[in-house]
Amino acid sequence: MSWQILFQHAAFLFIVWLLVKPVGTFLARVFEGQPTFLDPLLRPIERAIYRVAGIDAAREMSWKVYAESFVLFGVLGTLLLFVILRVQTWLPFFDPTFLTTPLTPDLAFNTAVSFATTTTWQAYGGETTMSYTSQMLGLTAQNFLAGAAGLAVGIAFIRGLVREASATLGNFWVDVTRATLYVLLPASALVAIALVWQGVPMNFNPFIVLETLQGNEQIIAQGPVAALEAIKNLGTNGGGFFNVNGAHPYENPTLFTNWLEMLSIVVIPAALTYTFGVLSKRPLQGWVLFWIMMFLFVVGLLLTTWMEQNGNPQFVPFGVDQSMSEEQAGGNMEGKEVRFGAGGSALTATATSNGATGSYNSMHDSYMPLGGMIPLVNMLLGEIIFGGLGTGFYSIIVIALIGVFIAGLMVGRTPEYLGKPLDPTAVKFITLYTLIAPLTISFLTALAVITPMGLAGLTTNQGAHGFTEIFYGYTSSFANNGQNFAGLNANSLFYNITTALAMWAGRFGLGVLALAIAGYFAAQKCRPTTLGTLPTDSLLFAVLTIAVILIVGGLAYFPALAMGPLVEHLMLRF
Amino acid sequence: MLSQLRPALVALIALTIITGVLYPFAITLIAQIAFPSQANGSLIVQNGNVVGSALIGQSFDAPKYFWSRPSATGPFAYNAGASSGSNLGPTNPALLEAVQARAEALRAADPNNTAPIPVDLVTASGSGLDPHISVAAANYQIARVARARNLEVARVQQLVAQFTQGRTFGILGEPRVNVLQLNLALDALP
Repeated sequence: MSWQILFQHAAFLFIVWLLVKPVGTFLARVFEGQPTFLDPLLRPIERAIYRVAGIDAAREMSWKVYAESFVLFGVLGTLLLFVILRVQTWLPFFDPTFLTTPLTPDLAFNTAVSFATTTTWQAYGGETTMSYTSQMLGLTAQNFLAGAAGLAVGIAFIRGLVREASATLGNFWVDVTRATLYVLLPASALVAIALVWQGVPMNFNPFIVLETLQGNEQIIAQGPVAALEAIKNLGTNGGGFFNVNGAHPYENPTLFTNWLEMLSIVVIPAALTYTFGVLSKRPLQGWVLFWIMMFLFVVGLLLTTWMEQNGNPQFVPFGVDQSMSEEQAGGNMEGKEVRFGAGGSALTATATSNGATGSYNSMHDSYMPLGGMIPLVNMLLGEIIFGGLGTGFYSIIVIALIGVFIAGLMVGRTPEYLGKPLDPTAVKFITLYTLIAPLTISFLTALAVITPMGLAGLTTNQGAHGFTEIFYGYTSSFANNGQNFAGLNANSLFYNITTALAMWAGRFGLGVLALAIAGYFAAQKCRPTTLGTLPTDSLLFAVLTIAVILIVGGLAYFPALAMGPLVEHLMLRF
Repeated sequence: MLSQLRPALVALIALTIITGVLYPFAITLIAQIAFPSQANGSLIVQNGNVVGSALIGQSFDAPKYFWSRPSATGPFAYNAGASSGSNLGPTNPALLEAVQARAEALRAADPNNTAPIPVDLVTASGSGLDPHISVAAANYQIARVARARNLEVARVQQLVAQFTQGRTFGILGEPRVNVLQLNLALDALP
């Protein structure tokens, strides 16, 4: 690794750290209903929505009503998107010449579920499937709404932790509306315009057909790219306007856009730790969570960069130069872009896999076995390293609660977090939460590898790598991430339905349980801190939590990793 | 649950219109006024014809042109109507065969050149549309292009240097050469 790449990585993380406090403070203001500098513009719109919808902004909801509203909003969003996709042939901006992949009922179903759960898994192929109307009214809008719904649940979860003897968690409709209008919309507008400046198109022109310098025909897809590009990252969705997502020069033309897009993914989930610190009036509690995430992020980033920079040993006999020099980035360049090299590609692989966002800028399927394993592990750990918008926060807290519980068992006292006791009811919720992931992912992967319909997806790669493709697919779907080992041919009835099931389990299974945990904690009274209390704002606690993250993840998934990337790595070396 | 139906429907529809109609049209308006070239795809126009985009690579296989990176798009290389990577795994025999064949094609086009081949010239890009090659990949091809065009090597070297984009602020990203712009400049030489 050169000093330039290490400097790039360090500078990126430094900017994340700089933004955590201001963004976290702003989020706290927005969701506490305090005035912000955007009020003159947005407050009238917000009020109008409440009036028409019959929403009483002052009336809060119990966790059950909050969860019902969250699920209902997701289901209606899925239905609306399904209808838009199915009728796109009759809507404006549909050009059958270039949109060659039909939106069959199962593909439209999969895509609708996928966007309403912030997964945005690409069984479809962007420019060959979606009309401009579908891209805007369908995908761009759902990117906002599903992202906002996730953020709302994250905020409700924070309220559950910090409130005492409270029966309510806030009003879901108010949280969704404010998340959309005050957070995602202004941020997306700024990012979108910066992206256009750097070269991301924003037009409604037909595809361009031209003759190349050598006299061949070339088709160049166009469209309203920048608007979608901004929110797909800010909402931690990640489904690309084009098939190859962030690798496409129109989606991600420069290293600057790559940074901007990765910051869009990471900053709000990272800042939520600060918001938590503000709302709980214990800033250190938030920072501990932030540094746990940062530590795991850096480890994954360095490992991926190193694996990819080392290149593919099998190319050596062909007289190929993979070394790094002033004249070339070198490394394993299959599936990577020259402007990013191994370093910029590894940063994006790490940020997207940790941030529950599918917007890769290089083909992870062509990564070295261990290089591709790191993003897989990041997703398997439960999208806790910054994680999805709002969802990442409750995911890390649940893991931290397991740490608290284990520590409590070790010293023989009732474990508690922020003064809230972890009694058997809470532990049951947490255990159930932890088990959903390995059950769903392992069951569906097993189903796919023993059925002809599942194996039919392996059209590009076979053997251990093929297994990894399938495992990666269900992991990503459950994690609501959406990135894939794209060699898997996932546009089939079998995969369209099974991946959608995994997305639902990951979104609503975990989301509703998180709200249940939040509701349970909100109702408790805080206990006074005693000498027997494990301080949850200490280095000891951070180390304990990291150990729990690695042990829980390792126990659940090591066998599957051994059958996939680990065996492939050994085959390559021996 | 039914009591939440009205807020759900109204919020869904109102926010869909704001984020799915008003927002993209507002961004389009600003983009078209402030950055018309970028907003319309950074197209390169010569004599009234669109000859390409500065951001989208083209396929070259004639000796007199600098070659772009291999592309895995179908049905033809550099099809920017259907972007795609190869998605071949690192141990897939098809990947090794492809790399070997590309290395042999490069050597056949320039038999005197015994230098190791820069990796980006034998591996398919992620998008299949990579507009760039590394500086090493451009240098590797200078002798061939100069010979095919009866130009002095120094003249071609000078052009390559002219079209080399360094790291942003000297640190960010990777140095690279835009192949289409370099080839257009070659064709424009007297």
